[in-house]
Amino acid sequence: MAAEVAVAVAGLTKRFGTTQALSDVGLTLRAGEVHGLLGHNGSGKSTLIKVLAGYERPDAGTVRVRGEEVPTPVPASVLRDQAIRFVHQTLGLVERLSVAENLWLDDVARGSRRNVSFGAQCRDARATLADFGLSVDVRLPVAGLSAVEKANLAIVRAVCRRPDDDHEVPTLLVLDEPTAFLPEEDKRALYGLVEKVAARGSAVLFVSHFLEEVLTLCDRVTVLRDGQVTVAEQPTEGMTHEVLVEAIVGTAPGGAPPRPDACAAEVAADVEGLSTDVLDDVSLSIRAGEIVGVTGLIGSGCDDVLGALFGVAPATGLVRVGGVPVDLRRHAPLRAMRAGIALVPADRNRHGVFRALSITDNLAVTTLRRHRGPAGLSRRGLRGAADTAVRRYAVRPAEPGRPVQQLSGGNAQKVLMAKWLGVAPRLLLLEEPTQGVDVGARRQIEDLVRAAARDGAAVLLSSGDPDQLAALCHRVLVFSGGRVTRSLDDAEVTKKNITRACLLATSTGSDEKEAS
Amino acid sequence: MTTDTPAPAELTAAASAPRRTADAAGTAHVRWGTTAERLALPVGLLLLVAVFSILRPQSFATTDNAAAILGSQAVLVVLSLALIIPLRCGDFDLSVGGTLTLSTMLVAVLNGMHGWPLWAAIAAALLAGALVGAINGFFVIVFGINSFIVTLGLGTFLLGVVSWLSDNRIVAGIDPKLLDLVVLTRPLGVPIEFYYALGLCLFLWFVFERTLLGRRWLYVGAQREVARLSGIRVSATRWGALVWSGTIAAAAGVLYAGTTGSADPRGGVAFLLPAFAAAFLGGTCVQPGQFNPLGTVIAAYFLIVGITGLQMMGADPFVQDLFYGGALVIAVSLSQLLRGRRPQELG
Repeated sequence: MAAEVAVAVAGLTKRFGTTQALSDVGLTLRAGEVHGLLGHNGSGKSTLIKVLAGYERPDAGTVRVRGEEVPTPVPASVLRDQAIRFVHQTLGLVERLSVAENLWLDDVARGSRRNVSFGAQCRDARATLADFGLSVDVRLPVAGLSAVEKANLAIVRAVCRRPDDDHEVPTLLVLDEPTAFLPEEDKRALYGLVEKVAARGSAVLFVSHFLEEVLTLCDRVTVLRDGQVTVAEQPTEGMTHEVLVEAIVGTAPGGAPPRPDACAAEVAADVEGLSTDVLDDVSLSIRAGEIVGVTGLIGSGCDDVLGALFGVAPATGLVRVGGVPVDLRRHAPLRAMRAGIALVPADRNRHGVFRALSITDNLAVTTLRRHRGPAGLSRRGLRGAADTAVRRYAVRPAEPGRPVQQLSGGNAQKVLMAKWLGVAPRLLLLEEPTQGVDVGARRQIEDLVRAAARDGAAVLLSSGDPDQLAALCHRVLVFSGGRVTRSLDDAEVTKKNITRACLLATSTGSDEKEAS
Repeated sequence: MTTDTPAPAELTAAASAPRRTADAAGTAHVRWGTTAERLALPVGLLLLVAVFSILRPQSFATTDNAAAILGSQAVLVVLSLALIIPLRCGDFDLSVGGTLTLSTMLVAVLNGMHGWPLWAAIAAALLAGALVGAINGFFVIVFGINSFIVTLGLGTFLLGVVSWLSDNRIVAGIDPKLLDLVVLTRPLGVPIEFYYALGLCLFLWFVFERTLLGRRWLYVGAQREVARLSGIRVSATRWGALVWSGTIAAAAGVLYAGTTGSADPRGGVAFLLPAFAAAFLGGTCVQPGQFNPLGTVIAAYFLIVGITGLQMMGADPFVQDLFYGGALVIAVSLSQLLRGRRPQELG
């Protein structure tokens, strides 16, 4: 492996407030190699990529492209002239435009493509795609493509030669979790394309959570943990899952934080054979007072369970809450609510709170019926309930008349929690309840979750944060491929076990056994 | 309309606003801004009346003129009130002009030409209005089409129906009893239709603020997806709001029939734009940023006083179009400004 060095970074250091995102990170990417980059959430992976993309300026360290040092933050002109290209998880395709139009979108926007007739665009698009061994109807809108076809289109768009390119092939292609949303069987098609890009002489940085694919696809691998390199540019040959997991998770024993006592109450909610377009025959049961965590990698289905139970998306299966069956075929949020289910959605601003309305109005939406009187809704009753809730849940500022959009994320989240805790649900579904929330509010919200469970609610908590799951949950269900692949109980619920289980969930059965 | 305002539950009347400002000393400057916004239009209305009274004491500042201003435009006020229900829900109803015309024509044709009793003709007109709303709702909800397009189309369609019903001629011969019921009875010298409009305003205020239905309209209009995930049947609520606006627009049509005693197949169309101007201008006061009945009535009279006064000053008739059209654009710009100026996040 004496190939030319395409991009090399050395001594990269970046600090955000008290968080050391990167400390003395080095990475050398050679022309013609596929280099895997692994690391859990918060390991510094994203920061490293942002430095390469010129979004972040490192506090210290150098970036060299083809041997020449470039200034930081990396200027857009360098990225363009040296053809350093990025494909993000979201792909950045315009669904309603055709394949051809998507392919030449940037050129037309920049004015570097003169001939914008649809016929010419299609002709060029067909030739370019054929060059990479792909065949799709270039006149079709992108919305009609399969997931893997979209991903491949985004990659080809990133690497194909532009009229104003100096180089034959891009210096570097960065793929940021390109397979997260792809079905298992489709991933092969993408690997083939990635190998082709590398074989033509580009360096490829392949960011992923999936150990298996990194081991099979990549030539070398680098692992980050807490901003430091724990595996440095090692060849993947002969490397095992275990080595990578240790490097990602670390070996420091995490002391078990205080957790609610296990409970032996009756079953509050039963789910049998829950299936959606993502979920595949999921069964689980939760006792009253129990907090059950739901987690997994992106695309594993862990983000879809709660919504399906609340009737947000169509689903089939059998759900019983407090012994009463809930008809999933005619399920809707209103029916779920009547069955005693509450959902605190992940996207607080778009799904959780009425941003323009006051705290009082936000709290009232679930409890209006209680305030009906002979002269209509009682203003005093609504106001009184809001005053009580604001005090009880420590919302700041404690002014019920404030529009929620004037509150901080943490306080808005408390309003959202209060809105649902007010109905005393039997089954409380929480999606990422402390996302975008400051540390203090996070404590308070975690206490609210524990208190809700103590008051007898069965809590289902989906979270991508192993620390939080370990701190709150009696039990954690790990998802992969739309199914529960592992269940961690009581003492097994530790940060390390959760992370390992997520990483190993897609691997073979023997690895799973080892993880326990 | 997504807008940021203090809780409607707390701002039920402009009159109670100053007292509350004094209560919340800590955030006085925040409250001041909103209080000034709330009262800007009512104060503007009073100023307008004062200015015209000084300039034209002989013609403008007379009880006859006051009665004429209050009474003559009750139809517009009722139509504006019909509009704000779907607007509060986040939907347009551009068909109210057509519905009004249809309702007027039905009263004239059924009562005047076919000799139906007056009550039956009125009931048929109101039912037709509800049906128009239901049809609007069907396309908006079941086919998921933008309400702007559906109601624009259906409004024009209705004008065609009216032309066909009337042979495109003015139909007269409505029972004079209707004139008695609408304009000729004058408590305190003001035509009784003014009191109907006022009563409807108070009724809607009650519905908006004090009933589950009214609160659902608010939630659905604020953020549809949040409302759905809070257990509100968003589709049914929007559909219902369009039925309400259709029915109230038909009621405005009945009043119009009672005002003129006949039905003009093109008579109702001219009301559409002024009604929108009043609804949007009304949304800048009382509960700034939200469509509300009291604000709408104040805004309607602001527009009418302005036009009447200018005409008495010798302005040409086209001033009416200038005033209504200009007011609509300015009102929408104002509400946008109010929104943009407020802090988005504190934390």
